[in-house]
Amino acid sequence: MKKLINGVESVVPDALRGIAAAHPGLRVDVENQIVFRDSGPRPGKVGLVSGGGSGHEPLHAGFVGYGMLDAACPGEIFTSPVPDQMIEATTAVDGGAGVLHIVKNYTGDVLNFQLAAELSAEEGVEVASVLVDDDVAVRDSLHTAGRRGTGATVFVEKIAGAAAESGAPLAEVARVAGTVNARSRSFGVALSACTTPAAGRPTFALGDTEVELGIGIHGEPGRARSAMRPAAELVRVAMDALHEDLPLSGDVLVMVNGMGATPLIELYVAFAEVSAYLAEKGVTAARSLVGDYVTSLDMQGFSITVCLLDDELVRLWDAPVETPALRWGR
Amino acid sequence: MATGFEMDTAFFAAWIEESARSVAAGKERLTDLDAAIGDADHGSNLDRGFTAVVRALAVKEPDTPAALLTVVGTTLIRKVGGASGPLYGTAFREMGRALGDLGDTAEVSPGELCAALEAGLAGVRRLGSAAEGDKTMVDALAPAVRALRRALEEGSEPREAAAAAAAAAREGAEATIPMRARRGRASYLGERSVGHEDPGAASTALILTALHTVAAR
Repeated sequence: MKKLINGVESVVPDALRGIAAAHPGLRVDVENQIVFRDSGPRPGKVGLVSGGGSGHEPLHAGFVGYGMLDAACPGEIFTSPVPDQMIEATTAVDGGAGVLHIVKNYTGDVLNFQLAAELSAEEGVEVASVLVDDDVAVRDSLHTAGRRGTGATVFVEKIAGAAAESGAPLAEVARVAGTVNARSRSFGVALSACTTPAAGRPTFALGDTEVELGIGIHGEPGRARSAMRPAAELVRVAMDALHEDLPLSGDVLVMVNGMGATPLIELYVAFAEVSAYLAEKGVTAARSLVGDYVTSLDMQGFSITVCLLDDELVRLWDAPVETPALRWGR
Repeated sequence: MATGFEMDTAFFAAWIEESARSVAAGKERLTDLDAAIGDADHGSNLDRGFTAVVRALAVKEPDTPAALLTVVGTTLIRKVGGASGPLYGTAFREMGRALGDLGDTAEVSPGELCAALEAGLAGVRRLGSAAEGDKTMVDALAPAVRALRRALEEGSEPREAAAAAAAAAREGAEATIPMRARRGRASYLGERSVGHEDPGAASTALILTALHTVAAR
Protein backbone atom coordinates (compact mmCIF):
# COMPACT_ATOMS: atom_id res chain seq x y z
CA MET A 1 0.00 0.00 0.00
CA LYS A 2 1.29 3.43 -0.93
CA LYS A 3 -0.68 6.36 0.49
CA LEU A 4 0.19 10.04 0.56
CA ILE A 5 -0.09 10.29 4.33
CA ASN A 6 2.10 11.11 7.32
CA GLY A 7 0.74 8.31 9.49
CA VAL A 8 -2.36 6.17 9.84
CA GLU A 9 -3.50 7.90 13.04
CA SER A 10 -3.22 11.46 11.74
CA VAL A 11 -4.93 11.17 8.34
CA VAL A 12 -8.14 12.95 9.33
CA PRO A 13 -6.63 15.89 11.28
CA ASP A 14 -3.90 16.33 8.64
CA ALA A 15 -6.55 16.51 5.91
CA LEU A 16 -8.58 18.98 7.98
CA ARG A 17 -5.52 21.22 8.29
CA GLY A 18 -5.28 21.09 4.50
CA ILE A 19 -8.92 22.02 4.08
CA ALA A 20 -8.44 24.95 6.45
CA ALA A 21 -5.42 26.18 4.54
CA ALA A 22 -7.01 25.79 1.11
CA HIS A 23 -10.40 27.35 1.77
CA PRO A 24 -10.50 30.70 3.54
CA GLY A 25 -14.31 30.63 3.38
CA LEU A 26 -14.28 27.82 5.93
CA ARG A 27 -13.40 27.75 9.60
CA VAL A 28 -11.97 24.41 10.68
CA ASP A 29 -11.88 23.16 14.26
CA VAL A 30 -9.19 20.52 13.79
CA GLU A 31 -9.24 19.31 17.40
CA ASN A 32 -12.98 18.68 17.52
CA GLN A 33 -13.15 17.74 13.82
CA ILE A 34 -15.77 20.20 12.66
CA VAL A 35 -15.81 22.27 9.46
CA PHE A 36 -17.87 25.48 9.66
CA ARG A 37 -18.81 28.25 7.30
CA ASP A 38 -16.61 31.18 8.18
CA SER A 39 -19.56 33.57 8.35
CA GLY A 40 -21.22 31.99 11.40
CA PRO A 41 -24.94 31.57 11.90
CA ARG A 42 -27.29 34.07 10.26
CA PRO A 43 -30.13 35.08 12.59
CA GLY A 44 -33.37 33.47 11.43
CA LYS A 45 -31.73 31.05 8.98
CA VAL A 46 -32.16 27.33 9.53
CA GLY A 47 -28.76 25.70 10.10
CA LEU A 48 -27.74 22.61 8.14
CA VAL A 49 -25.40 20.05 9.69
CA SER A 50 -24.25 16.82 8.15
CA GLY A 51 -21.46 14.40 8.81
CA GLY A 52 -20.27 10.85 8.53
CA GLY A 53 -17.13 8.83 8.24
CA SER A 54 -14.16 10.34 6.42
CA GLY A 55 -12.99 8.81 3.15
CA HIS A 56 -15.90 10.09 1.02
CA GLU A 57 -14.40 13.45 0.06
CA PRO A 58 -15.59 15.98 -0.99
CA LEU A 59 -18.60 14.77 1.06
CA HIS A 60 -19.31 16.46 3.53
CA ALA A 61 -16.74 19.17 4.27
CA GLY A 62 -16.53 20.08 0.57
CA PHE A 63 -20.19 21.07 0.66
CA VAL A 64 -19.94 23.57 3.51
CA GLY A 65 -20.64 27.11 2.37
CA TYR A 66 -23.22 29.52 1.02
CA GLY A 67 -26.37 27.75 -0.17
CA MET A 68 -25.45 24.39 1.30
CA LEU A 69 -24.18 23.16 4.70
CA ASP A 70 -23.39 25.32 7.71
CA ALA A 71 -21.20 22.65 9.29
CA ALA A 72 -19.85 19.17 8.63
CA CYS A 73 -18.64 16.63 11.19
CA PRO A 74 -16.09 14.19 9.73
CA GLY A 75 -15.55 11.00 11.71
CA GLU A 76 -12.60 8.64 11.54
CA ILE A 77 -12.25 6.87 8.19
CA PHE A 78 -15.54 5.06 7.47
CA THR A 79 -16.58 5.52 11.15
CA SER A 80 -19.39 7.85 12.13
CA PRO A 81 -18.56 10.98 14.09
CA VAL A 82 -19.44 11.14 17.81
CA PRO A 83 -22.34 13.10 19.34
CA ASP A 84 -19.99 15.68 20.92
CA GLN A 85 -18.96 16.87 17.46
CA MET A 86 -22.54 17.05 16.27
CA ILE A 87 -23.81 18.83 19.39
CA GLU A 88 -21.08 21.43 19.15
CA ALA A 89 -21.76 21.95 15.44
CA THR A 90 -25.50 22.12 16.02
CA THR A 91 -25.42 24.69 18.80
CA ALA A 92 -22.81 26.76 16.93
CA VAL A 93 -24.82 27.06 13.70
CA ASP A 94 -28.21 27.69 15.28
CA GLY A 95 -29.38 31.14 14.27
CA GLY A 96 -32.53 30.77 16.33
CA ALA A 97 -34.53 29.05 13.58
CA GLY A 98 -33.42 25.52 14.40
CA VAL A 99 -31.09 23.05 12.74
CA LEU A 100 -31.60 20.26 10.22
CA HIS A 101 -29.44 17.14 10.54
CA ILE A 102 -28.83 15.38 7.22
CA VAL A 103 -28.07 11.77 8.10
CA LYS A 104 -27.08 8.90 5.83
CA ASN A 105 -28.72 5.61 6.75
CA TYR A 106 -25.92 3.70 8.46
CA THR A 107 -26.48 2.40 11.98
CA GLY A 108 -23.59 4.37 13.49
CA ASP A 109 -24.54 7.65 11.82
CA VAL A 110 -28.20 7.22 12.74
CA LEU A 111 -27.55 6.41 16.42
CA ASN A 112 -24.98 9.15 16.99
CA PHE A 113 -27.10 11.82 15.27
CA GLN A 114 -30.15 10.64 17.22
CA LEU A 115 -28.32 11.06 20.52
CA ALA A 116 -26.91 14.40 19.39
CA ALA A 117 -30.37 15.64 18.41
CA GLU A 118 -31.79 14.67 21.81
CA LEU A 119 -28.94 16.33 23.70
CA SER A 120 -29.02 19.47 21.51
CA ALA A 121 -32.75 19.75 22.13
CA GLU A 122 -32.01 19.67 25.86
CA GLU A 123 -29.75 22.67 25.26
CA GLY A 124 -32.64 24.50 23.66
CA VAL A 125 -31.94 24.00 19.96
CA GLU A 126 -34.83 22.85 17.79
CA VAL A 127 -33.55 19.95 15.68
CA ALA A 128 -35.16 18.11 12.78
CA SER A 129 -33.56 15.21 10.89
CA VAL A 130 -33.78 13.81 7.41
CA LEU A 131 -32.59 10.29 6.72
CA VAL A 132 -31.04 9.70 3.30
CA ASP A 133 -31.62 6.14 2.06
CA ASP A 134 -31.43 6.11 -1.72
CA ASP A 135 -29.43 2.96 -2.51
CA VAL A 136 -31.60 0.51 -4.46
CA ALA A 137 -28.97 -2.24 -4.17
CA VAL A 138 -30.26 -2.92 -0.65
CA ARG A 139 -33.65 -4.40 -1.28
CA ASP A 140 -34.80 -6.37 1.68
CA SER A 141 -35.11 -3.72 4.35
CA LEU A 142 -36.93 -6.15 6.67
CA HIS A 143 -33.74 -8.14 6.97
CA THR A 144 -31.13 -5.42 6.80
CA ALA A 145 -30.49 -2.04 8.39
CA GLY A 146 -32.41 -0.59 5.44
CA ARG A 147 -31.23 1.17 2.32
CA ARG A 148 -27.89 2.92 2.58
CA GLY A 149 -27.55 6.64 2.05
CA THR A 150 -25.22 7.42 -0.86
CA GLY A 151 -25.27 9.86 -3.78
CA ALA A 152 -28.62 11.48 -3.01
CA THR A 153 -26.96 13.07 0.02
CA VAL A 154 -25.45 15.66 -2.35
CA PHE A 155 -28.88 16.49 -3.80
CA VAL A 156 -30.47 16.73 -0.35
CA GLU A 157 -27.69 18.98 0.97
CA LYS A 158 -27.83 21.29 -2.08
CA ILE A 159 -31.60 21.60 -2.29
CA ALA A 160 -32.28 21.84 1.45
CA GLY A 161 -29.40 24.33 1.62
CA ALA A 162 -31.08 26.53 -0.96
CA ALA A 163 -34.37 26.35 0.92
CA ALA A 164 -32.65 27.33 4.17
CA GLU A 165 -30.77 30.16 2.44
CA SER A 166 -34.10 31.55 1.14
CA GLY A 167 -35.32 31.86 4.73
CA ALA A 168 -37.70 28.90 4.81
CA PRO A 169 -38.62 27.68 8.31
CA LEU A 170 -37.26 24.40 9.71
CA ALA A 171 -40.37 22.33 8.95
CA GLU A 172 -40.28 23.50 5.34
CA VAL A 173 -36.55 22.82 4.91
CA ALA A 174 -37.06 19.36 6.40
CA ARG A 175 -40.02 18.71 4.09
CA VAL A 176 -38.04 19.66 0.97
CA ALA A 177 -35.13 17.49 2.12
CA GLY A 178 -37.48 14.54 2.59
CA THR A 179 -38.99 15.12 -0.84
CA VAL A 180 -35.58 15.04 -2.52
CA ASN A 181 -34.74 11.78 -0.77
CA ALA A 182 -38.09 10.22 -1.67
CA ARG A 183 -37.59 11.10 -5.35
CA SER A 184 -33.95 9.95 -5.56
CA ARG A 185 -32.37 6.55 -6.16
CA SER A 186 -28.75 5.38 -6.54
CA PHE A 187 -26.81 2.34 -7.68
CA GLY A 188 -23.05 1.78 -7.53
CA VAL A 189 -20.54 -0.41 -9.37
CA ALA A 190 -16.95 -1.15 -8.28
CA LEU A 191 -14.15 -2.08 -10.66
CA SER A 192 -11.77 -2.43 -7.71
CA ALA A 193 -11.91 -2.42 -3.90
CA CYS A 194 -10.54 0.45 -1.84
CA THR A 195 -7.79 0.31 0.77
CA THR A 196 -8.33 1.99 4.15
CA PRO A 197 -5.07 3.35 5.57
CA ALA A 198 -5.57 1.41 8.84
CA ALA A 199 -6.17 -1.97 7.18
CA GLY A 200 -3.46 -1.48 4.57
CA ARG A 201 -5.00 -3.99 2.17
CA PRO A 202 -8.02 -3.92 -0.15
CA THR A 203 -11.35 -4.42 1.65
CA PHE A 204 -12.32 -7.23 -0.71
CA ALA A 205 -10.61 -9.22 -3.46
CA LEU A 206 -11.77 -8.59 -6.99
CA GLY A 207 -10.23 -10.28 -10.00
CA ASP A 208 -8.95 -8.33 -13.00
CA THR A 209 -11.96 -9.33 -15.05
CA GLU A 210 -14.62 -8.92 -12.34
CA VAL A 211 -16.85 -6.11 -11.06
CA GLU A 212 -19.00 -5.77 -7.94
CA LEU A 213 -22.55 -4.63 -8.61
CA GLY A 214 -24.59 -2.75 -6.01
CA ILE A 215 -21.79 -1.49 -3.79
CA GLY A 216 -22.06 1.00 -0.97
CA ILE A 217 -19.46 3.62 -0.11
CA HIS A 218 -17.45 1.85 2.62
CA GLY A 219 -15.55 -0.64 0.53
CA GLU A 220 -18.10 -3.30 1.36
CA PRO A 221 -18.86 -5.88 -1.31
CA GLY A 222 -21.98 -5.40 -3.39
CA ARG A 223 -25.02 -7.55 -4.02
CA ALA A 224 -23.49 -9.56 -6.84
CA ARG A 225 -20.24 -10.15 -8.64
CA SER A 226 -20.12 -10.21 -12.40
CA ALA A 227 -17.73 -10.30 -15.33
CA MET A 228 -16.28 -6.99 -16.45
CA ARG A 229 -18.33 -5.62 -19.35
CA PRO A 230 -18.38 -2.52 -21.58
CA ALA A 231 -19.56 0.73 -19.95
CA ALA A 232 -22.87 0.62 -21.83
CA GLU A 233 -23.77 -2.70 -20.23
CA LEU A 234 -22.70 -1.70 -16.71
CA VAL A 235 -24.70 1.53 -17.00
CA ARG A 236 -27.70 -0.47 -18.20
CA VAL A 237 -27.53 -2.73 -15.13
CA ALA A 238 -27.50 0.34 -12.89
CA MET A 239 -30.22 2.22 -14.78
CA ASP A 240 -32.50 -0.83 -14.93
CA ALA A 241 -32.17 -1.18 -11.15
CA LEU A 242 -33.07 2.49 -10.65
CA HIS A 243 -35.94 2.40 -13.14
CA GLU A 244 -37.36 -0.78 -11.68
CA ASP A 245 -37.43 0.77 -8.22
CA LEU A 246 -38.70 4.22 -9.18
CA PRO A 247 -40.02 4.54 -12.74
CA LEU A 248 -38.18 7.37 -14.46
CA SER A 249 -40.22 10.06 -16.18
CA GLY A 250 -40.21 13.73 -17.10
CA ASP A 251 -37.19 15.82 -16.17
CA VAL A 252 -34.52 14.31 -13.97
CA LEU A 253 -31.40 15.42 -12.16
CA VAL A 254 -28.58 12.92 -12.79
CA MET A 255 -25.24 12.45 -11.11
CA VAL A 256 -22.56 10.14 -12.46
CA ASN A 257 -20.25 9.98 -9.49
CA GLY A 258 -16.71 8.63 -9.39
CA MET A 259 -15.71 6.47 -6.42
CA GLY A 260 -12.28 8.08 -6.13
CA ALA A 261 -10.02 6.41 -8.69
CA THR A 262 -11.95 6.54 -11.95
CA PRO A 263 -10.84 9.18 -14.47
CA LEU A 264 -13.29 11.81 -15.64
CA ILE A 265 -13.08 10.56 -19.22
CA GLU A 266 -14.57 7.24 -18.09
CA LEU A 267 -17.30 9.01 -16.12
CA TYR A 268 -18.22 10.91 -19.29
CA VAL A 269 -18.28 7.64 -21.21
CA ALA A 270 -20.78 6.45 -18.58
CA PHE A 271 -22.77 9.67 -18.75
CA ALA A 272 -23.20 9.27 -22.53
CA GLU A 273 -24.73 5.86 -21.87
CA VAL A 274 -26.97 7.25 -19.12
CA SER A 275 -28.15 9.96 -21.45
CA ALA A 276 -28.91 7.45 -24.22
CA TYR A 277 -30.78 5.22 -21.75
CA LEU A 278 -32.93 8.13 -20.58
CA ALA A 279 -33.64 9.22 -24.16
CA GLU A 280 -34.91 5.71 -24.89
CA LYS A 281 -37.39 6.12 -22.03
CA GLY A 282 -38.41 9.62 -23.12
CA VAL A 283 -36.80 11.11 -20.02
CA THR A 284 -34.72 14.31 -20.05
CA ALA A 285 -31.54 14.81 -18.04
CA ALA A 286 -32.46 18.42 -17.28
CA ARG A 287 -29.62 18.95 -14.78
CA SER A 288 -26.47 16.91 -14.21
CA LEU A 289 -23.25 16.45 -12.29
CA VAL A 290 -20.29 14.38 -13.50
CA GLY A 291 -17.29 13.93 -11.21
CA ASP A 292 -16.11 12.78 -7.78
CA TYR A 293 -18.68 13.83 -5.18
CA VAL A 294 -19.21 10.86 -2.84
CA THR A 295 -16.09 8.74 -3.01
CA SER A 296 -14.81 5.62 -1.32
CA LEU A 297 -11.09 6.38 -0.92
CA ASP A 298 -9.19 4.90 -3.86
CA MET A 299 -11.95 2.68 -5.20
CA GLN A 300 -12.33 2.44 -8.96
CA GLY A 301 -15.95 2.59 -9.96
CA PHE A 302 -18.96 4.83 -10.26
CA SER A 303 -22.44 5.35 -8.97
CA ILE A 304 -25.47 6.81 -10.68
CA THR A 305 -28.04 8.85 -8.78
CA VAL A 306 -31.27 10.07 -10.33
CA CYS A 307 -33.82 12.48 -8.83
CA LEU A 308 -37.25 13.11 -10.36
CA LEU A 309 -37.53 16.88 -10.67
CA ASP A 310 -40.44 19.28 -10.34
CA ASP A 311 -40.45 23.08 -10.69
CA GLU A 312 -39.69 23.65 -7.02
CA LEU A 313 -36.70 21.29 -7.01
CA VAL A 314 -35.29 22.81 -10.23
CA ARG A 315 -35.55 26.31 -8.77
CA LEU A 316 -33.77 25.25 -5.57
CA TRP A 317 -31.12 23.25 -7.48
CA ASP A 318 -30.37 26.29 -9.67
CA ALA A 319 -30.09 28.66 -6.70
CA PRO A 320 -26.56 29.98 -6.07
CA VAL A 321 -24.10 27.83 -4.17
CA GLU A 322 -20.53 28.54 -3.12
CA THR A 323 -18.66 25.66 -1.50
CA PRO A 324 -15.25 24.08 -2.19
CA ALA A 325 -16.74 21.30 -4.31
CA LEU A 326 -19.91 22.81 -5.75
CA ARG A 327 -20.36 26.39 -6.87
CA TRP A 328 -22.44 28.31 -9.34
CA GLY A 329 -24.56 31.40 -9.84
CA ARG A 330 -22.89 33.70 -7.37
CA MET B 1 -17.71 -7.13 49.75
CA ALA B 2 -18.46 -7.65 53.39
CA THR B 3 -21.60 -9.73 53.36
CA GLY B 4 -20.67 -12.27 50.73
CA PHE B 5 -21.55 -10.37 47.59
CA GLU B 6 -22.56 -6.78 48.08
CA MET B 7 -21.18 -4.64 45.35
CA ASP B 8 -19.91 -1.16 46.06
CA THR B 9 -18.49 1.54 43.85
CA ALA B 10 -15.01 0.02 44.03
CA PHE B 11 -16.40 -3.28 42.73
CA PHE B 12 -17.90 -1.57 39.68
CA ALA B 13 -14.69 0.39 39.11
CA ALA B 14 -12.77 -2.90 39.20
CA TRP B 15 -15.21 -4.42 36.68
CA ILE B 16 -14.67 -1.52 34.28
CA GLU B 17 -10.88 -1.68 34.65
CA GLU B 18 -10.93 -5.43 33.99
CA SER B 19 -13.17 -4.82 30.96
CA ALA B 20 -10.71 -2.22 29.67
CA ARG B 21 -7.83 -4.70 30.08
CA SER B 22 -9.78 -7.43 28.25
CA VAL B 23 -10.73 -5.12 25.41
CA ALA B 24 -7.12 -3.94 25.04
CA ALA B 25 -5.88 -7.54 25.02
CA GLY B 26 -8.60 -8.62 22.58
CA LYS B 27 -8.31 -5.58 20.35
CA GLU B 28 -6.70 -7.34 17.37
CA ARG B 29 -9.15 -10.22 17.50
CA LEU B 30 -12.16 -7.88 17.63
CA THR B 31 -10.83 -5.89 14.70
CA ASP B 32 -10.18 -9.08 12.70
CA LEU B 33 -13.75 -10.24 13.37
CA ASP B 34 -15.00 -6.84 12.24
CA ALA B 35 -12.84 -6.92 9.12
CA ALA B 36 -14.72 -10.02 7.96
CA ILE B 37 -18.20 -8.48 8.08
CA GLY B 38 -17.88 -4.82 9.00
CA ASP B 39 -15.29 -2.10 8.56
CA ALA B 40 -12.38 -3.38 10.65
CA ASP B 41 -12.42 -0.92 13.51
CA HIS B 42 -14.39 -2.46 16.41
CA GLY B 43 -11.31 -3.35 18.46
CA SER B 44 -9.55 -0.03 18.05
CA ASN B 45 -12.77 1.97 18.59
CA LEU B 46 -13.75 0.15 21.76
CA ASP B 47 -10.19 0.26 23.09
CA ARG B 48 -10.13 4.03 22.50
CA GLY B 49 -13.41 4.29 24.41
CA PHE B 50 -12.41 2.18 27.41
CA THR B 51 -9.03 3.91 27.62
CA ALA B 52 -10.91 7.20 27.88
CA VAL B 53 -13.25 5.68 30.49
CA VAL B 54 -10.37 4.55 32.70
CA ARG B 55 -8.81 7.99 32.38
CA ALA B 56 -12.10 9.70 33.28
CA LEU B 57 -12.55 7.52 36.36
CA ALA B 58 -8.95 8.18 37.46
CA VAL B 59 -9.55 11.92 37.38
CA LYS B 60 -12.55 11.67 39.67
CA GLU B 61 -14.08 8.39 40.79
CA PRO B 62 -17.83 8.84 41.26
CA ASP B 63 -19.10 7.94 44.72
CA THR B 64 -22.00 5.64 43.85
CA PRO B 65 -22.27 2.69 41.45
CA ALA B 66 -25.04 4.54 39.62
CA ALA B 67 -22.91 7.62 39.05
CA LEU B 68 -19.93 5.52 38.00
CA LEU B 69 -21.88 3.56 35.37
CA THR B 70 -23.35 6.81 34.06
CA VAL B 71 -19.86 8.27 33.58
CA VAL B 72 -18.79 5.06 31.81
CA GLY B 73 -21.78 5.24 29.45
CA THR B 74 -21.41 8.92 28.68
CA THR B 75 -17.68 8.59 28.01
CA LEU B 76 -18.20 5.66 25.64
CA ILE B 77 -20.81 7.63 23.69
CA ARG B 78 -18.48 10.62 23.49
CA LYS B 79 -15.36 8.76 22.36
CA VAL B 80 -16.24 5.66 20.37
CA GLY B 81 -18.44 6.71 17.45
CA GLY B 82 -19.82 4.20 14.99
CA ALA B 83 -22.65 2.01 16.25
CA SER B 84 -20.82 0.52 19.23
CA GLY B 85 -20.35 3.86 21.04
CA PRO B 86 -24.06 4.66 21.33
CA LEU B 87 -24.99 1.02 22.01
CA TYR B 88 -22.45 0.34 24.77
CA GLY B 89 -22.89 3.86 26.08
CA THR B 90 -26.63 3.39 26.35
CA ALA B 91 -26.21 0.01 28.04
CA PHE B 92 -24.07 1.52 30.81
CA ARG B 93 -26.16 4.67 31.12
CA GLU B 94 -29.36 2.65 31.47
CA MET B 95 -27.67 0.50 34.12
CA GLY B 96 -26.66 3.65 35.95
CA ARG B 97 -30.17 5.04 35.69
CA ALA B 98 -31.72 1.81 37.03
CA LEU B 99 -29.38 1.83 40.03
CA GLY B 100 -29.90 5.55 40.52
CA ASP B 101 -33.62 4.95 40.81
CA LEU B 102 -32.88 2.96 43.96
CA GLY B 103 -31.72 6.15 45.64
CA ASP B 104 -28.24 7.19 46.74
CA THR B 105 -27.26 3.63 47.41
CA ALA B 106 -23.55 2.87 47.78
CA GLU B 107 -23.97 -0.91 47.64
CA VAL B 108 -25.90 -3.02 45.18
CA SER B 109 -27.31 -6.50 45.68
CA PRO B 110 -26.95 -9.22 43.02
CA GLY B 111 -30.67 -8.91 42.29
CA GLU B 112 -30.28 -5.18 41.75
CA LEU B 113 -27.29 -5.73 39.48
CA CYS B 114 -29.35 -8.19 37.48
CA ALA B 115 -32.22 -5.70 37.17
CA ALA B 116 -29.73 -3.04 36.05
CA LEU B 117 -28.31 -5.37 33.38
CA GLU B 118 -31.87 -6.05 32.22
CA ALA B 119 -32.39 -2.29 31.91
CA GLY B 120 -29.14 -2.01 29.93
CA LEU B 121 -30.26 -4.80 27.61
CA ALA B 122 -33.63 -3.12 27.10
CA GLY B 123 -31.83 0.11 26.17
CA VAL B 124 -29.64 -1.65 23.62
CA ARG B 125 -32.58 -3.50 22.07
CA ARG B 126 -34.57 -0.29 21.78
CA LEU B 127 -31.76 1.83 20.34
CA GLY B 128 -30.51 -0.80 17.90
CA SER B 129 -33.97 -2.21 17.08
CA ALA B 130 -32.28 -5.58 17.40
CA ALA B 131 -33.70 -8.90 18.55
CA GLU B 132 -31.93 -12.15 19.34
CA GLY B 133 -30.91 -13.89 16.14
CA ASP B 134 -30.02 -10.65 14.35
CA LYS B 135 -26.29 -11.32 14.87
CA THR B 136 -25.52 -8.42 17.22
CA MET B 137 -24.33 -7.85 20.79
CA VAL B 138 -27.88 -8.70 21.91
CA ASP B 139 -27.11 -12.34 21.08
CA ALA B 140 -24.52 -12.36 23.87
CA LEU B 141 -26.11 -9.93 26.32
CA ALA B 142 -29.64 -11.37 26.39
CA PRO B 143 -28.68 -14.97 27.27
CA ALA B 144 -26.17 -13.67 29.82
CA VAL B 145 -28.80 -11.63 31.62
CA ARG B 146 -31.23 -14.56 31.47
CA ALA B 147 -28.66 -16.93 32.91
CA LEU B 148 -27.86 -14.50 35.70
CA ARG B 149 -31.54 -14.08 36.59
CA ARG B 150 -32.19 -17.83 36.52
CA ALA B 151 -29.13 -18.65 38.63
CA LEU B 152 -30.09 -16.09 41.27
CA GLU B 153 -33.68 -17.33 41.36
CA GLU B 154 -32.46 -20.88 41.78
CA GLY B 155 -30.48 -19.72 44.78
CA SER B 156 -27.00 -19.94 43.28
CA GLU B 157 -24.16 -18.17 44.98
CA PRO B 158 -23.64 -14.77 43.32
CA ARG B 159 -20.18 -15.85 42.07
CA GLU B 160 -21.68 -18.92 40.42
CA ALA B 161 -24.42 -16.73 38.95
CA ALA B 162 -21.78 -14.42 37.47
CA ALA B 163 -19.95 -17.45 36.08
CA ALA B 164 -23.18 -18.65 34.45
CA ALA B 165 -23.76 -15.21 32.92
CA ALA B 166 -20.24 -15.07 31.49
CA ALA B 167 -20.52 -18.58 30.05
CA ALA B 168 -23.89 -17.76 28.49
CA ALA B 169 -22.42 -14.61 26.91
CA ARG B 170 -19.52 -16.57 25.40
CA GLU B 171 -21.86 -19.27 24.08
CA GLY B 172 -24.16 -16.58 22.73
CA ALA B 173 -21.26 -14.93 20.90
CA GLU B 174 -20.19 -18.25 19.35
CA ALA B 175 -23.77 -18.93 18.34
CA THR B 176 -23.68 -15.84 16.09
CA ILE B 177 -21.23 -17.58 13.73
CA PRO B 178 -23.85 -19.35 11.57
CA MET B 179 -26.29 -16.44 11.72
CA ARG B 180 -27.09 -14.07 8.89
CA ALA B 181 -26.76 -10.42 9.98
CA ARG B 182 -29.96 -8.39 9.98
CA ARG B 183 -28.73 -5.22 11.69
CA GLY B 184 -25.75 -2.94 11.22
CA ARG B 185 -23.39 -2.74 8.29
CA ALA B 186 -22.92 -6.52 8.22
CA SER B 187 -26.57 -6.81 7.18
CA TYR B 188 -25.65 -5.51 3.71
CA LEU B 189 -23.62 -8.64 3.14
CA GLY B 190 -26.67 -10.88 3.45
CA GLU B 191 -25.59 -14.52 3.08
CA ARG B 192 -21.96 -13.44 2.97
CA SER B 193 -22.17 -12.55 6.66
CA VAL B 194 -22.70 -16.22 7.58
CA GLY B 195 -19.70 -18.03 9.07
CA HIS B 196 -18.22 -15.13 11.05
CA GLU B 197 -18.62 -14.36 14.77
CA ASP B 198 -20.26 -11.02 15.41
CA PRO B 199 -17.65 -8.59 16.81
CA GLY B 200 -20.20 -6.84 19.06
CA ALA B 201 -21.28 -10.14 20.61
CA ALA B 202 -17.61 -11.04 21.06
CA SER B 203 -16.83 -7.81 22.93
CA THR B 204 -19.96 -8.24 25.08
CA ALA B 205 -18.68 -11.67 26.09
CA LEU B 206 -15.37 -10.05 27.13
CA ILE B 207 -17.18 -7.55 29.35
CA LEU B 208 -19.39 -10.19 31.00
CA THR B 209 -16.35 -12.40 31.52
CA ALA B 210 -14.66 -9.43 33.20
CA LEU B 211 -17.63 -9.18 35.56
CA HIS B 212 -17.14 -12.81 36.58
CA THR B 213 -13.38 -12.35 36.95
CA VAL B 214 -13.91 -9.49 39.38
CA ALA B 215 -16.75 -11.22 41.23
CA ALA B 216 -14.56 -14.30 41.72
CA ARG B 217 -11.74 -12.35 43.36
